[in-house]
Amino acid sequence: MLVRILTSGLIAGAVAGLCAAVLHLTFIQPVLLHAELYESGELVHFGAASGPAARPGFGLDPVRDGLSVIFSMLTYAGFALILVALMALAEGHGAVISVRNGMLWGVAGFVAVLLAPAFSLPPEVPGVAAADILPRQAWWFATAIAAGAAMWLLAFGRSWRAWGAVVVLLLAPHAIGAPEPDSFAGPVPTELGALFAARVLGVGLVAWALLGLLSGLLWSSEDETAS
Amino acid sequence: MTTRTLAEARPASASIGILMAALLGLGIVVLTGHVQADALHSAAHDVRHANGFPCH
Repeated sequence: MLVRILTSGLIAGAVAGLCAAVLHLTFIQPVLLHAELYESGELVHFGAASGPAARPGFGLDPVRDGLSVIFSMLTYAGFALILVALMALAEGHGAVISVRNGMLWGVAGFVAVLLAPAFSLPPEVPGVAAADILPRQAWWFATAIAAGAAMWLLAFGRSWRAWGAVVVLLLAPHAIGAPEPDSFAGPVPTELGALFAARVLGVGLVAWALLGLLSGLLWSSEDETAS
Repeated sequence: MTTRTLAEARPASASIGILMAALLGLGIVVLTGHVQADALHSAAHDVRHANGFPCH
């Protein structure tokens, strides 16, 4: 079982992570680098010294971007191992895993890991004001786990009580509220912050849908060879 | 009757495999996305921001 999950998960994660990295370097990295010019003070947001809105041209940085590719593949491999493990668990309880519903699994993963936390703790472009890291990480994990449990109940729940729990699990982290900074003093233009958050969510949706699709494909085809 | 659930039919080793894989995956995500050690943070910096992880 462990070897089957590792095989499907690592392949699906590596491929989806590579695609995520390409999309990241194409659509997210230029916004991130632009924001870093404001973070470092090279560009200034307010007043007469306000920098031009046009995005400066950025070249590829082999080491930095290479590390991003590696860490993107690693991160999605981690997500994939959890996703495929959950697929195996569901299959053990009678669920059927396929390419088509694998994509839904991926979208559910996107909601749990990216969309639900982002609803109150939006993806941060470098330079934005933020609360301390530890409370934010704790809130992030709690929210991702709660939303993941909600996705599971939404898919496999069979009673009104389960669906009620879905609503509570999805709303509670936001009713409690994410840790917020004492003041909004970030030097980065809000336009860049908004573009960054939107791009992160868009790239994440594509990468997660692909991750789920590949996980479903590999897991169900391993099922056939195993039986 | 001969009905029995798949869960009962699944050997304990399968459950352990599922748990091991999930924990390994979680460990990887914690390392790449959340541990604040300097070298790791610098190397994974852009990916952390690009995946909506709280970064610094």
